[in-house]
Amino acid sequence: MRLLDGPDRPAPLPNVGSGFIDALERAGLAGRGGAGFPTAVKWRAVAQRSRGDAVIVVNGAEGEPQSKKDRVLMSARPHLILDGAFIAARVLRARRIVLYIGERHEAALASMLRALSQRSEPEPALVTVAATPARYVAGAEAAAVHFINEGLATPTNLPPYPFERGVDGAPTLVQNVETLAHAALLARHGQAPGTVLVTLAGGVVRPGVIEVDSETTIGEALSRAGGMAESPKAVLLGGYFGSWVEPERALQLAIDHESMRRHGLGLGCGVIGVLPASRCPVCETAGIMRYLAGESSAQCGPCFFGLRALADACTRIADGRANPDDLTRLQRWTADVRGRGACRHPDGAVIFLSSALNLFASEFAQHQAHDLRRTA
Amino acid sequence: MSREFNLVVDRITCDGRGLCAELLPELIRLDDWGYPILRPGPLPEHLLPLAQRVVEDCPVLAIALRRTERRK
Repeated sequence: MRLLDGPDRPAPLPNVGSGFIDALERAGLAGRGGAGFPTAVKWRAVAQRSRGDAVIVVNGAEGEPQSKKDRVLMSARPHLILDGAFIAARVLRARRIVLYIGERHEAALASMLRALSQRSEPEPALVTVAATPARYVAGAEAAAVHFINEGLATPTNLPPYPFERGVDGAPTLVQNVETLAHAALLARHGQAPGTVLVTLAGGVVRPGVIEVDSETTIGEALSRAGGMAESPKAVLLGGYFGSWVEPERALQLAIDHESMRRHGLGLGCGVIGVLPASRCPVCETAGIMRYLAGESSAQCGPCFFGLRALADACTRIADGRANPDDLTRLQRWTADVRGRGACRHPDGAVIFLSSALNLFASEFAQHQAHDLRRTA
Repeated sequence: MSREFNLVVDRITCDGRGLCAELLPELIRLDDWGYPILRPGPLPEHLLPLAQRVVEDCPVLAIALRRTERRK
């Protein structure tokens, strides 16, 4: 039983009720959108508040630039995702489902709409579609709710959380498409597949999406994709909100969320990015910081100004034209910015930057000293 | 039971006027872009009147006092 290579067709939904939330808990299912939040806790919070008015948001925004797994799943198993959504609607007594899909994910959106047209009433009548702006923060729960309610895919102050007051002011479950697919298989077969979708990116022989058992190590996953194209400098785990890890350590890590957490790491949305040794890690870090600064929704000062200042200083250092105190400023600003936005965008950016400052300390110091020669 | 107060900033509303840090430098400093950084932890009792003034005087009403009941 796998997510990616099962037959995908409409079939009568399994008969599940509120007891299904306990099954989610026993299966230990955690969200696959990035935060890894326990799915049962989320469903229960909505179930407790629903008076038959709950809303299910099927989150296929996939704004992480390196991630492709949600798109691949939406193209390959749209019915499985819809099954998950309709099961959630039944268990949580929802009256509305919103497919929230990135506007640039055209094949995925078409696949989901085609599948929806093959379902029989009353299912399709519950569903509306929202094409999501291609912004990094658009996939955040509060941004999804904000977009569906008011057309703005920007985060809002929390509380109220979506499970309290979300779409139309009703208790709302915002759930990643992969998580819903896992829930659907659990409901149908009594057990979840225990697999994870990962996107292999960067210096990999065959980059792309693969499905692996959760005990698979990152090294084994990379081998399945033909291995690394050249000797690696570092591995970025979890996308742009993730952490740089030294290759020897990364390759031995098992992919499941629990063992990642024990190592103080996270797989986030499942991106494993390999940085080849021929690339400059300081330049790479500066490029990602510029991207993240540009993706601030410009609502909170510490995020809008702070990330821009961090990205500018990183870029000066990378280009060998650092101001004398740029590196010490990076350290101070990284601490200052954390926890000071309405959403976690600034936090994710400085967690990423901190991992770079740790792992690439000597490269940053060398660049700060305006020495751009490559070290082995 | 005892009452505790915390200052909380609405990060979206705050636009960095900096009045709060001027009125209550004991608890609030500004970052390099002029936005407040609050000292963590409960508000000391003797600073409550000043904190109330911070809340009232913020030009964009971006800071509030939150009361929490705490069992001792």
